Amino acid sequence: MPKVKVPRKSTAVDMTAMCDVSFLLLTFFMLTSNFVAKEPIVVAIPSSVSEIKIPERDIATVLIDKDGKVFFGVDTQQDRKEVLDNVGKAYSISFTDKELTEFSKISMSGVPIEKMHAFLALKPEARDSKEAALGIPADSLNNQFKVWMKTARKVNPKLRLAIKADQQTPYKVVKGVMTTLQDINENRYNLITSLKQTSSK
Amino acid sequence: MAEMQVEDKGKKGKKPKQKKHATRVDLTPMVDLAFLLITFFMLTTSMLKPQTMEISVPSKDKVEEEDQNKVKASQAITVLLAKENKLYYYFGTQENGVDPELIETDYSSEGLRKMLVTKNYDVMKQVEELKKDKKKMTEEEYSKKLSDYRSSKSAPIIMIKAADEANYENLVDVLDEMNICNIARYAIVDITPYDLGLIDKKSPPAK
Repeated sequence: MPKVKVPRKSTAVDMTAMCDVSFLLLTFFMLTSNFVAKEPIVVAIPSSVSEIKIPERDIATVLIDKDGKVFFGVDTQQDRKEVLDNVGKAYSISFTDKELTEFSKISMSGVPIEKMHAFLALKPEARDSKEAALGIPADSLNNQFKVWMKTARKVNPKLRLAIKADQQTPYKVVKGVMTTLQDINENRYNLITSLKQTSSK
Repeated sequence: MAEMQVEDKGKKGKKPKQKKHATRVDLTPMVDLAFLLITFFMLTTSMLKPQTMEISVPSKDKVEEEDQNKVKASQAITVLLAKENKLYYYFGTQENGVDPELIETDYSSEGLRKMLVTKNYDVMKQVEELKKDKKKMTEEEYSKKLSDYRSSKSAPIIMIKAADEANYENLVDVLDEMNICNIARYAIVDITPYDLGLIDKKSPPAK
């Protein structure tokens, strides 16, 4: 009986198809991605059944952490520069071009304006720890947050306001922020929430 | 992991032929790289955009105006958000020196929502029916009718009063219930000493 000849085949698989698929996926992810913006503090946002999506651009975000510290940020770099420049002017503090550029790279700032010089002089890695400890003063005696908000509105009138607060934030702080906003006639804003999984309609 | 070179092995004794190079390039490293990048993009992107709740509050000058036309007591429901996730509500207001009965409830669907659904039954039914007929009408008509129903005169008016010790989650939860129960007429109002007194009476602070 003759032996059955087993044809010897190359073990290499053709990678072209796989390569095609992976690059297709890569392209998809590159085009649809918007990067997670770095935030100085981590907040656990509350959930709701609301399904309205947040608009893409012209967003000013107010971040409130659970100790009641307030952070503020606008979304484009150009706006950030102008806002800082104008807020500085309101407190008669001037910033150099370098400082303005440096500031425009920070998505959320929470530093009292008088400490901004020192803060911007820090290395980016060193900022996180320090920033987490501060926050923009938003009490009635020294309401810098109001100035920030007002300035941002002047710089970009189309701005929409979003409040992102931690679940455990005491209502007192939120009320303080809302009252401030009411003072300067900001009467429409969005509360950022995550989608709640619920069985009811 | 180079491509195996398949050569002719037959025809011995002939002149050694020039090696035939395969024209195929090994794509494995390229695939590796592509998947590495895919992983990177998948991890750094936020596909889900966060949801938002839109709220609008009356401006300062309007508040004073509103004080003048007080909410009709029969329609008013006051929801009190207290510390430690406690929730109370009462109907109407103080009449002839008699305090309204303060009822304790919770944030579950059996608590506040049940009460609101009963109170707002007519509106919810209308909205339900409207949703069934949604396909028959245009988007504009639908939203107009929806807002008409929701702000109908008979619907209850909710006043949300949060104590300073309540947290933000409580507020969002209550606002959420308003959305679920199709209540358009609600307001976030500052808590008064009177309300705080009612809560203290209901559950006296531990000594």
